[in-house]
Amino acid sequence: MSLTTLTTPAVRRKKIQEVKWHVIEDFCKGCTFCIEFCPVNALEESDKLNVKGVHPPKLKSEDACIGCGLCERICPEFAIYLEKVDKEGEGEEQR
Amino acid sequence: MTVTQEFEAHHPLAKYLRTERFPHIWCEGCGNGIILGCFVKALDELKIDMDKLVVVSGIGCIGRAAGYVRCDSFHTTHGRPIALATGIRLANPKLTIAVISGDGDLFAIGGNHFIHAARRNIDMTVICSNNFNYGMTGGQLGPTTPLRSYTTTSPYGNIEHPFNLVHLAAAAGAVYVARWTALHVQRLTESIKKALQKKGFKFIEVVSPCPEIYGRRNKFGKAIDMMRWLKDVSEIRHGYDPSEAEITRERIVVGEFVDIEKPTYEELLQKQFFKIQEKLKGG
Amino acid sequence: MTMQREVLTGKHLMQGDVACAEGAIAAGCRFFAGYPITPATEIAERMSRRMVEVGGIYVQMEDELASMAAVIGASWAGAKAMTATSGPGFSLMQENIGLAAMTETPCVVVNIMRGAPSTGQPTEPGQQDVMQAQWGSHGDYDVIAFAPSSVQEMFDLTIECFNMAETYRVPTFLLADGFIGHLWERVIIPPPEEIKIVERKKPTVPPEKYVPFRPDDDLVPPMANFGDGYKVHVTGLTHDEHGYPRTDDPKVQFELVQRLCEKIRKNADKIVKTKEFMLEDADVAVIAYGIASRASISAVRKAREAGVKAGLLRLVTVWPFPEKTVAELANRVKAIVVPEMNYGQMVREVERAAKETPVYFLPKLGGEPHKPSEIFEVLRRAEKT
Repeated sequence: MSLTTLTTPAVRRKKIQEVKWHVIEDFCKGCTFCIEFCPVNALEESDKLNVKGVHPPKLKSEDACIGCGLCERICPEFAIYLEKVDKEGEGEEQR
Repeated sequence: MTVTQEFEAHHPLAKYLRTERFPHIWCEGCGNGIILGCFVKALDELKIDMDKLVVVSGIGCIGRAAGYVRCDSFHTTHGRPIALATGIRLANPKLTIAVISGDGDLFAIGGNHFIHAARRNIDMTVICSNNFNYGMTGGQLGPTTPLRSYTTTSPYGNIEHPFNLVHLAAAAGAVYVARWTALHVQRLTESIKKALQKKGFKFIEVVSPCPEIYGRRNKFGKAIDMMRWLKDVSEIRHGYDPSEAEITRERIVVGEFVDIEKPTYEELLQKQFFKIQEKLKGG
Repeated sequence: MTMQREVLTGKHLMQGDVACAEGAIAAGCRFFAGYPITPATEIAERMSRRMVEVGGIYVQMEDELASMAAVIGASWAGAKAMTATSGPGFSLMQENIGLAAMTETPCVVVNIMRGAPSTGQPTEPGQQDVMQAQWGSHGDYDVIAFAPSSVQEMFDLTIECFNMAETYRVPTFLLADGFIGHLWERVIIPPPEEIKIVERKKPTVPPEKYVPFRPDDDLVPPMANFGDGYKVHVTGLTHDEHGYPRTDDPKVQFELVQRLCEKIRKNADKIVKTKEFMLEDADVAVIAYGIASRASISAVRKAREAGVKAGLLRLVTVWPFPEKTVAELANRVKAIVVPEMNYGQMVREVERAAKETPVYFLPKLGGEPHKPSEIFEVLRRAEKT
């Protein structure tokens, strides 16, 4: 359990932006920074094993992510990225 | 699709990176990837002209960062990025210079160049990945290794007092001095943005975990344990007196310590140039 | 844009160091980074005044390592860049001279040589750094080095240095002894349109097609400057044609090192420069450079008067060493005399090229140049071989 979940009131769960969460699974080295420091505890280890023999992260549920971008910043491997999504829920290629 | 292809095609920061060279060489949990990520995120948010950016780095793990950013870059000899950057900057003041290097490269072998560039107030942003040892060569002691730490060249415990880098930078004359850790990703990105837009010699220290070497040898546990430690001991204190901001195992003061204005070397040179030209016209 | 004349066309009485600085300016040098050191300080002092006048940069760095690093940086930013020093500073610069060679950075390093080793004799001339110019940094790489023997040559050969550096993308050296550096002589500076200037080859393709370290047929790659939009990565690590580190591949290392040497060796005929004096029918030859060559001229004249068919081959380039010229000369003379103000440096190259022909070495140390009579004595002995 991460320290942040102890101090997460309901208001913190408001979405910052609409995003689709992605992970490039084979970049992951299993450091668990993303899982630990997500402010809304939205991530957990998946059961999958990648080429490096570690469990990449996955979202606990589709609407758990608030789009704050912390995991994208704190992943040392550039494995996690957020894709901006417009109102209709269509993804928008980030280039 | 290979991982590199997926990275190139989909990651929002791919266009700032030499994606063909990824995955990078850094260890699991190394803070360098985080520093690189915050740096390019700052470039993205500022919409920096990538044709006019030059990244200069030295020797060490973080020194490889220069080879990962898609812009003109120079991976120099050990300790010399600041001196080389001085030459680039003065010869073409239209270029934006970022020096990204490590604690040993910038403050042991490169120490002399650091203090003089800060003194002269040459316009450049210097980002120092401070991981308390010489990681690339296997974990020897360096100028920021804490007292009593174990490294391959201090097997009985380090007996050298470490530098307080923010104090050194402030004393040498840097106009912007900040310290963050690899944990403070958002604030680090903001600091880098601020520094890149400010004139003069700017210094940002980033306390960075080296879990495989320094961490392991000094009983810090795994990478995640080092990050938890950073979270536990960091205190944000903007405007704190940098001379009091020594790093200990119990406390790391982070924040912006110095943010002043001072004429840069380039500005003074420019002034002098016009003055002399006027004189020559008249005489 | 600038008011002070860049090229000081006209006749002057000038110090060698000053003539060197003026030669650099005439060649287009607009960046000087240096550190004071006897007997080269006058170059820095002159540049500190003249660079501002011509819109260039003079920066006094904290040491010679920084000076050489700054020169490399400035060159990549597009400037013709130079530094000047003497023995002790030259040693400090070697690390980054290696970086310049490895990254193929055009730059000029002036060494006004003094008594050595170490702090040596700061105010006495010497020729003790000539081997170091080629072998000073670790690793294999070929350089170009000129040895002026007059103040006029301090001006002319500095321009040559810049032209060579730009043509071959290599650190180029002006190796003057302290004597020539501090000598005052007449210098004729021509009008700018009469001075031949060479600029580095630029890429002829757009950035997407540019391969930074892929050479042309002359073994030299075109060079994009920082800020031109080519986004070049430069590293001192062994690198491939894209400039990316490739320390794992022996083939990459071999081909890179080979090219760094061959680009000079293959083009040696275009680089090597010598001057001959009474050599056509000579039985014995003096091979000399710098201040020693001046005394050699008098010695050769004296020898001729005494019935000895002597001649002088003056080395204008000491690197690449004029192997072919010396070998050819060795074939038709009885013996060779090499006077140097060191304990035996270029003489080794002469011996190597001269093969079976006897070589008489005449060292002179301490600051006093060779006397013509000293060289004449050896010529007489050599003639009896």
